[in-house]
Amino acid sequence: MAIDTGTPAGSGAPAEASFGQPEDAHQLSAKLRNAAVEALPPGRLMPDRQPAYVASWIYVFGVITIAALSIVILTGCVLAVMGPTWWHVSTTGLFVNSLHLWSVEVFFFAMVVHLWGKFFMAAWRGRRRATWITGVVSFMVSVGAAFTGYLSQQNFDSQWISTQAKDGINSTGAGAIFNVTNFGQMLMWHIVLLPLVVVLVVGIHVLLVRRRGVVPPFADPPSSGGTAQATAAAGAATIGADGTGPVPTPSPSSNGGPA
Amino acid sequence: MEQLSLVLVQLFGSVVDLNRPGHYLHWGFIQMSLANAIVIGLMVVVFFAAILIPFRRHGGKS
Amino acid sequence: MSGTDTASVKRHRSFKPDRDVEEWHGAYAPYDLVKEFIIAFVVVAILVVGLAAILSSPDETPVTVKSWSTSDPVDFAQTAITELDGTSGTATYGPPYNSTADASQSIGFFSPESWFGVHHPIDTATDYVIDPLRTLPNSPELQQAVDLYTAAPAAQQAKWTAAYETAVAKATYGDGTLTVPAGDYGPVGTMIAGLTSMARSGALDGALLSSRQFYGTDYTKPLLFIADGTYLANLAQSQHLSGDQWGMMNETGNFPGQAWLWLYTLWYQVPPMNSSSNGDLQVWAIMMGLTLLLALVPFIPGLRSIPRWTRLYRLIWRQHYRELAAERDIHGKSPPPAAAEPRAPAAVSVH
Repeated sequence: MAIDTGTPAGSGAPAEASFGQPEDAHQLSAKLRNAAVEALPPGRLMPDRQPAYVASWIYVFGVITIAALSIVILTGCVLAVMGPTWWHVSTTGLFVNSLHLWSVEVFFFAMVVHLWGKFFMAAWRGRRRATWITGVVSFMVSVGAAFTGYLSQQNFDSQWISTQAKDGINSTGAGAIFNVTNFGQMLMWHIVLLPLVVVLVVGIHVLLVRRRGVVPPFADPPSSGGTAQATAAAGAATIGADGTGPVPTPSPSSNGGPA
Repeated sequence: MEQLSLVLVQLFGSVVDLNRPGHYLHWGFIQMSLANAIVIGLMVVVFFAAILIPFRRHGGKS
Repeated sequence: MSGTDTASVKRHRSFKPDRDVEEWHGAYAPYDLVKEFIIAFVVVAILVVGLAAILSSPDETPVTVKSWSTSDPVDFAQTAITELDGTSGTATYGPPYNSTADASQSIGFFSPESWFGVHHPIDTATDYVIDPLRTLPNSPELQQAVDLYTAAPAAQQAKWTAAYETAVAKATYGDGTLTVPAGDYGPVGTMIAGLTSMARSGALDGALLSSRQFYGTDYTKPLLFIADGTYLANLAQSQHLSGDQWGMMNETGNFPGQAWLWLYTLWYQVPPMNSSSNGDLQVWAIMMGLTLLLALVPFIPGLRSIPRWTRLYRLIWRQHYRELAAERDIHGKSPPPAAAEPRAPAAVSVH
């Protein structure tokens, strides 16, 4: 039995003075670190390569969504620096508000294109269901964050949206606590609570993508003339063009049939 | 900063003014603003463009 | 670890192509994620700056009780009397503002609105008419009218307000005076006229916002009062923001709005939701159900098969399938060597 050195077996990292000592293995810190490093070793957290099938522009819409979210948050911070009245009385403020609005439009645009792409790739396959679910949750929370943003505008639009939306929300009983006509409350949900939740859920979503990797393609269907078995057979012995190892076709069956 | 903004607004702001009565499309019971229809249409176009336009990787085989 | 052990493989559940996938043991290609993010950030920033500079953003001036009563004093007076006699939208709303019987929405026995109860109490007669009038200084005639009203029995109050509500439907406004056809309204006529003047001066906005504290950030009272009238709704209608105009998706002017609310607002256009008094709760129930369905797609047979059936993935991964076909052509149909047997689905290995 291997001695528990406090670092994951095979990680190659030697014990140092500040971590990895066997007698510290029981610590919460050591356990948390080991679990994190085992789930996401640095090479998996920030890889420099992706599977060869990651070769389509549809794959960039996740990162575009995150880039747009970063700009939403940055411009939101500038608006926060100057306060909620600023954009009504200053041309610069109106411009920053416009940046905030249009980055939100780009955010939702990219997120929905990303969603469509991931749906048609059936990206939940292979134990990636949590990735899909966190994606849907981040969509819903983002809609909520945008909603509270519209409520925080302090103009005609927010008056109409609040007096209309209250009916839907009140019907669920949530209006007892979540009062859309209460500007102070809606502003704080918009700039404190919901951004935290959005970033948390998106963060978990991205970490799950790193942990499981990008979903492989569907097995090559046999309709093109060869059988699936033949396809597996044909591809199995090939070395990849960049020399990184065999390129077997994913077989549709793992029931122990002839390989 | 405020002066710069005012100058830039004069330069760019009059190119397109969206603060005018909106245009709306009607199909049966569906009503949609032209702006929203453009956004949704663009999304569909971009989605298919993303799938169809070839993606060339740096350094690897395409 | 052998992948050909039939017994161990059979212990795994059967492979379902819409749920499972053979993990990738093939080629990897360089892909700089950090560089990709930086490029995405710069591209999006340029796009956003361009859109903001050219298209700007909307900022329609808010309605105030003052602007409302100045633009349409008759509508204001007609709303004010319904607040006094408890027949306005807010007065008859039910929870969370008051406990009007049978006002809560429900689906069968399910009525969360009534379960949560009243949390933002509004007594429209007191909050919108009597208390604001009480704040006015130097108005002895008005204060006498309010005293007379509040001292009268409920039945007498109801007679006065009912008569006034009928008459004010034909009211006119001119030379700073609200003119209502003659009738026996007791002190109600003076009260409503006084409230209208108070509203037009701007004093009512302040009274409604600061009724509990100096630093008001809760606009519930003035907003609900304004929304009880038709002025706000007419403005919204002209901007195509009404519910029956799919307004939930729209923005003022020609700006794009919230296109992602298309499905939520769609249900408000179809029966029975479009005419039911429980329509809001019904739509919410539908949307909660559909959202759950979307989140649980990976678990739902049929729904999760749509990607495979529609075969759009053939376009997305056409490069990959082309490479496989090319290798198939090169290597023919001979069986693979043992080393390349498919392994049981396992965690992704990183090289």
